[in-house]
Amino acid sequence: MLAIREPGAKPHGAGSVALAARGVSKRFRSSRARSPVRAVDDVSLEVRRGEIYGLLGANGSGKSTLIRMFSTLLEPDGGKVHVFGLDIGAEELAVKRLINRVSVEASFFKKLSAMENLVYAGRLYGLGPDAVRAKARDILRRLGIPDDRMVEPLEKLSRGMQQKVAIARAFLSAPMLLLLDEPTTGLDIRSKREVQTFVRDLRDEHDATILLTTHDLDEAERLADRIGIIHGGRLVAEGTADELTHRYGARDLEEAFMSLTGRRIEEADVAEGEAGS
Amino acid sequence: MIWELRAQGGLAYAFVERQLALMRRYWLWELVWVIYSITTSLAVAYIGLAQPIITGTAVDEAVTSRFVLYLLIGTIAWRFLGIVFEDIAEIIAWERWEGTIEYTFMAPVPRLTQLLGMAVGTIVRAAVIAVAVLFAVMLFIPVDLSHANALSAFALLGVGTLAFIGLGIGSACFPLLWTEKGLQMAYIVQAVVLLVSGVYYPTSVLPGWLQALSVISPATYVIEGMRRALIDGADLPSLWPLAWPALLVGAISIPLGLRLFLAAERYAKRTGRLKRSG
Repeated sequence: MLAIREPGAKPHGAGSVALAARGVSKRFRSSRARSPVRAVDDVSLEVRRGEIYGLLGANGSGKSTLIRMFSTLLEPDGGKVHVFGLDIGAEELAVKRLINRVSVEASFFKKLSAMENLVYAGRLYGLGPDAVRAKARDILRRLGIPDDRMVEPLEKLSRGMQQKVAIARAFLSAPMLLLLDEPTTGLDIRSKREVQTFVRDLRDEHDATILLTTHDLDEAERLADRIGIIHGGRLVAEGTADELTHRYGARDLEEAFMSLTGRRIEEADVAEGEAGS
Repeated sequence: MIWELRAQGGLAYAFVERQLALMRRYWLWELVWVIYSITTSLAVAYIGLAQPIITGTAVDEAVTSRFVLYLLIGTIAWRFLGIVFEDIAEIIAWERWEGTIEYTFMAPVPRLTQLLGMAVGTIVRAAVIAVAVLFAVMLFIPVDLSHANALSAFALLGVGTLAFIGLGIGSACFPLLWTEKGLQMAYIVQAVVLLVSGVYYPTSVLPGWLQALSVISPATYVIEGMRRALIDGADLPSLWPLAWPALLVGAISIPLGLRLFLAAERYAKRTGRLKRSG
């Protein structure tokens, strides 16, 4: 039986806050740098239930590190993270049942087909293969993947198609909190739009809460109910696109980003990339 | 309780099914591996057949046949146990290579369930390869199994499998701790176990300090016990002195390996090593 929640059904400990991070920090030791590199610095944020929260920042700003901590793959050095009231450190397994993630790389068993990968992923969340096949077919069709491509080895699918399968995998388990780490990076415009529409539709249909990281200003504005701007590992501003624009006397989100970071996002990408390499 | 066990069984089956699906998709590699296993086993068996020529002494045919069987039991049992060890020790490296490590470790599956599922999947794979090797070798070389006690041999192999699962889990920690060199470390463990366990010779020929290592290797007892069962027809009670030490290694190595694995996973999560690129 596929675990699609009824709209309005609440998880354990559910309130109006889906994700709460308090003073979260992470440093990494680097063989090149003398002192540890501060990847995330005292970040506090809340994502409300049913919200799409966009975390906007340049490459290397700390977005992915933060998402990895929220998805239990990385332990914070300091601070606390709660998912629907559950402490991710102390109640890891329970948290894992509530979340799923799509990363920038669509990571699959390359020789297995989309369907085989999805059946495997479904089983990991306690879902039966028949129900997964039916649901997966439905999601993949909506994302424009023809039936005959679903049984081909994933390595034969384009990057865009693989990313769509990754999104289907994340939605199969009907997560209460979905972490999307630059899900449309590298996709062509059409695939990008399809994925964005699908994300919005599924949020509306299944009451999912979504934390989306992106360095695409247009995507943040298009999808996110609220936006947090992260720069140098710190959350420097938070609000709706309109609030951010007005607060910093900017004409658009890009200008607001520039006011906050001193750079256009493309320049910040280059600068952070050079600092990190 | 029963519901929970069934649920965990279902989760563990995900890894069995995945393993079998990967075997199907990588069937050409599996075929290569089977052919390689057959040729190496045959090469070892031919050393036995060539004994009179190599040593320049006349050897009774029955003695040669016994020697060939001695070598074959060693090579095929080691093939089976080696696959069990390798597949489990490679869990992290394999998932990193495929790029799926983050998704597997993010899923709500207790680590014990994951590792047991992987173990069952790998036992199926190892059994298929070992049986294929046995039958292929029998096509080339006459193998006298007229005195064999198959039940005792399988029981010993089962006990040895448990011990090797534990060793494999323990060795799977290395790639979590050292992303680049970890897998090589696991292979070194495997190589040392091969050297000290009397796979192709009695451990009594080893130097004293290596014989000390052979005492703690479960393969020493398993392979010796399988030889007694398949060559001399030894029954289970008479093999107990060889079974219990291997059983003891399994009883210690599985929980210890799991504990080490969980500690290594925690370390990897603290240091950011739990990702595809290491």
